[in-house]
Amino acid sequence: MKLIENVSRRKFLEGTLAGGVFILGARFIPEPLWAAEGEAALAPLQPSLWMSIASDGNVTIVAHRTEMGNGIKTSLPIVLADELGADWMRVKVEQALADPKYGDQETDTSHSVRDFFDVMRQTGAAGRLMLIRAAAAQWSVPPAECDTSEPHFVQHRSSGRKLGFGELAESAAKQPVPGRDELKLNPRSAWRYIGKDNHQLYDLPDMVNGKARYGIDQTVEGIVYAAVERPAVLGASVKSHDNKDALKVPDVKQTVVIKTFKPPCGHQPLGGVAVIADNTWAAFQGQKKLKVEWDNGSHEGYDSEQFRKTATETARKPGQVIRNIGDVDAAFRNGATILEAEYYTPHLAHASMEPPAAVVDVRGGKAYCWAPTQDPQQLQKTLADLLGIKPEDVICHVTLLGGGFGRKSFQDFVAEAAVLSLKLQKPVKVVWSREDDIRFCYYHPSAAMYFKAAVGPGGKPSAWLQRSVFQGSASTTDADVLYPGQDEIDNGWTDVPFDIPNYRAESGTARANVRIGWLRSVTNVFHAFGVQSFADELAHAARRDPVQYQLALLGPDRKIDFTGTKYQNYGAAPDQFPYDTARLRRVIEIAAEKSGWGKRSSDLGKGRGMGIAAHRCFLTYVATVVEVEVDGKGQVHIPNVWTAVDAGTVVSPDNVRYQFEGAAVFATSLALFGEITASNGAINQSNFNNYPIARMNRAPRHVEVHIVESEAPPAGVGEPGVPPFAPALCNAVFAATGKRLRELPLLKAKLV
Amino acid sequence: MIRFKVNGKERSFDGDPEMPLLWYLRDVLGLTGTKFGCGMALCGACTVHRDGEAIRSCTTSMKNLGGAEITTIEGIAPLHPVQKAWLEIRVPQCGYCQSGQIMQAIAFLKTNKNPSDSDIDTVMSGNLCRCGTYQRIRAAIHSVAKHQAAKETA
Repeated sequence: MKLIENVSRRKFLEGTLAGGVFILGARFIPEPLWAAEGEAALAPLQPSLWMSIASDGNVTIVAHRTEMGNGIKTSLPIVLADELGADWMRVKVEQALADPKYGDQETDTSHSVRDFFDVMRQTGAAGRLMLIRAAAAQWSVPPAECDTSEPHFVQHRSSGRKLGFGELAESAAKQPVPGRDELKLNPRSAWRYIGKDNHQLYDLPDMVNGKARYGIDQTVEGIVYAAVERPAVLGASVKSHDNKDALKVPDVKQTVVIKTFKPPCGHQPLGGVAVIADNTWAAFQGQKKLKVEWDNGSHEGYDSEQFRKTATETARKPGQVIRNIGDVDAAFRNGATILEAEYYTPHLAHASMEPPAAVVDVRGGKAYCWAPTQDPQQLQKTLADLLGIKPEDVICHVTLLGGGFGRKSFQDFVAEAAVLSLKLQKPVKVVWSREDDIRFCYYHPSAAMYFKAAVGPGGKPSAWLQRSVFQGSASTTDADVLYPGQDEIDNGWTDVPFDIPNYRAESGTARANVRIGWLRSVTNVFHAFGVQSFADELAHAARRDPVQYQLALLGPDRKIDFTGTKYQNYGAAPDQFPYDTARLRRVIEIAAEKSGWGKRSSDLGKGRGMGIAAHRCFLTYVATVVEVEVDGKGQVHIPNVWTAVDAGTVVSPDNVRYQFEGAAVFATSLALFGEITASNGAINQSNFNNYPIARMNRAPRHVEVHIVESEAPPAGVGEPGVPPFAPALCNAVFAATGKRLRELPLLKAKLV
Repeated sequence: MIRFKVNGKERSFDGDPEMPLLWYLRDVLGLTGTKFGCGMALCGACTVHRDGEAIRSCTTSMKNLGGAEITTIEGIAPLHPVQKAWLEIRVPQCGYCQSGQIMQAIAFLKTNKNPSDSDIDTVMSGNLCRCGTYQRIRAAIHSVAKHQAAKETA
């Protein structure tokens, strides 16, 4: 099938880019947009690499981003289907290979819909126009008299004639590709799927019958299985190893030493000894039987308790100024009441239910991968570097992910399979045990925060100082880095929205001795915990209602001016996505109203309480009210959670509700139980017995999510539910018990 | 030689007797619907039925399977009422733990036809979900029980 190549299309694209429609223009270079591959390549109509229509009417839409429970394999294709006028029941979604032609494929930072909503709409609209023109030509009527008011058909309004998409596919393919100025996007009132709960997750049926295939489920002919014994200390290498007992395990074939990375660690393998076997179980058994002596190197001294002391000390001293308003020092000298507090949160591991696992087959100068990756193009680069081949020779099939949460943005586990396959000249499947997963994560940083406020007569602060100290993830690309990157300090720290005349945010130094990565909502987790807990402390100190106090802190509705800072606003244009405090106020008001704040919270009785927290991240505004019950043993139960969300335009409301229901459980895990510690450079936790995650009996019993109707451009929904939860929970515990929790997890707190 | 049935089919095994059923199902039979999560019976992702009862296949050695009738998610007749409820209430997010959740729920609903919230909590707390689908799992189980009760009185 000849691909449609059209000069006007190129102009359309140029115009699109020049017009600044794509906020991240530099990252989005979709040339050649008019190609297609896979099943789509066989279809007559291929108005872009994103979709095709076959003669039988079946529409194929390409999902180029990673599905990991975020719903994106449905959300973007349904936007295209809606604009095309397609019937969702007749749409097949095809997962894209890794390829820069799609633009950005890195599925993290909650920006998939934000960056591709317009692309999907325009592609769908272009396809619809070509279908309409083809039908109109056949009927010899003006295209303006035709529409797609019946899904999957073009109809001529006055005569009632209609033709199916399948019947039109071939003739539509011969239509010139419309330019952008010719496209008429459907008005919101005509949206069939966007913003409605009439479509289910694409893979849902397979997920309930066991047919959904994740990274760990992949296999190819002639595969061998590998388990890897890795060094407990980051950067350690194999001094010697004894594999005699390992080789005695039935079905174990051989062992292979994997070289330790040269710093920085990046996405490279950690190194160690791999056991190759005929099945996963044998490989695991062989791994346990290995005796390895390690050269430990400089990270052997890492002790998380010591880090906590050092970081806490650092946070007491002046650091790098991130944002400054007025003069806090002068205000502190003015003799008002001073309040100070220190907060601390530990390392966390993602612990997705599917541990890291991947299949790689290196042959003929190419690497064929089947990987549960959040960042397929990074995978291409990583493997190209390791194998000495070109990125385009890394053929990466993105599987479903059994959870990602940021862990699978890192490619080290796939890289292990690649180096082993190169060495063995066979396809290799690497499977990580749960112990491997917990002990060799890219950990959420541990953070010490210091707060100081001067409080005037009305209880509102006249000055507010905040310092944050944590290991930055930039340490994975520059081992000597001491300050976190701007993006990480921005997350909930540069952008505190309070209306305080004297305000200073600072960041201190911290060295990373374990791999630091991104965990769902990243540094927003602890920044929101610190800021929103301290705000609650001030409210109680002033004997003010926490909701009223939050609103007072927020001050008059305004768009925050970040002049004088390096604030990156999640990579989004400030004029399109300003920090609008009115939107934060609105979600606070809704969460308070829906929870029955005031009436309900005063009637709860002993051992029960409600707390609120609000936070904007990934351009989405969220307020959460948590109700707790602290039992006689000091155990915290969460009967109710109310969350209000303003994420701008919403594609799939049920999916948004679900992301926030899930975020409440994810955040319950980190707030109640989540703690990774290290001694002598090695991680102390290993499985769900000593790194617990919330089970049904400890998770929130009832989570209610309220979505604010909005026509603002779409913002993130995967992550923003997490940050306000822990502070709302701890504020509720304070309301219930009078105990202020300045450290997570709560497991360590003595509440009775 | 160990003889048993998987999804109604006669099978025999003469490999490492210590091998857990989970890896036999996944790596030998290619029945990958049953998932690996922890290897220590802590998460329930590997739940299958042995003679109708829910077991954790990651800690069930092949040597103990003589005469057993094993049912995996692939052996559940589509659509089982539990699967139907899972679809209607849109339970899965990433979906990875859901085979185990469904197998646990099916076995549970056979023994408790009208479970309370706390009954559900007690049994289903053995099955972890990192996406946090518990609220909908609970709702789906109630929905199945309600439908079954309605069917029985009809």
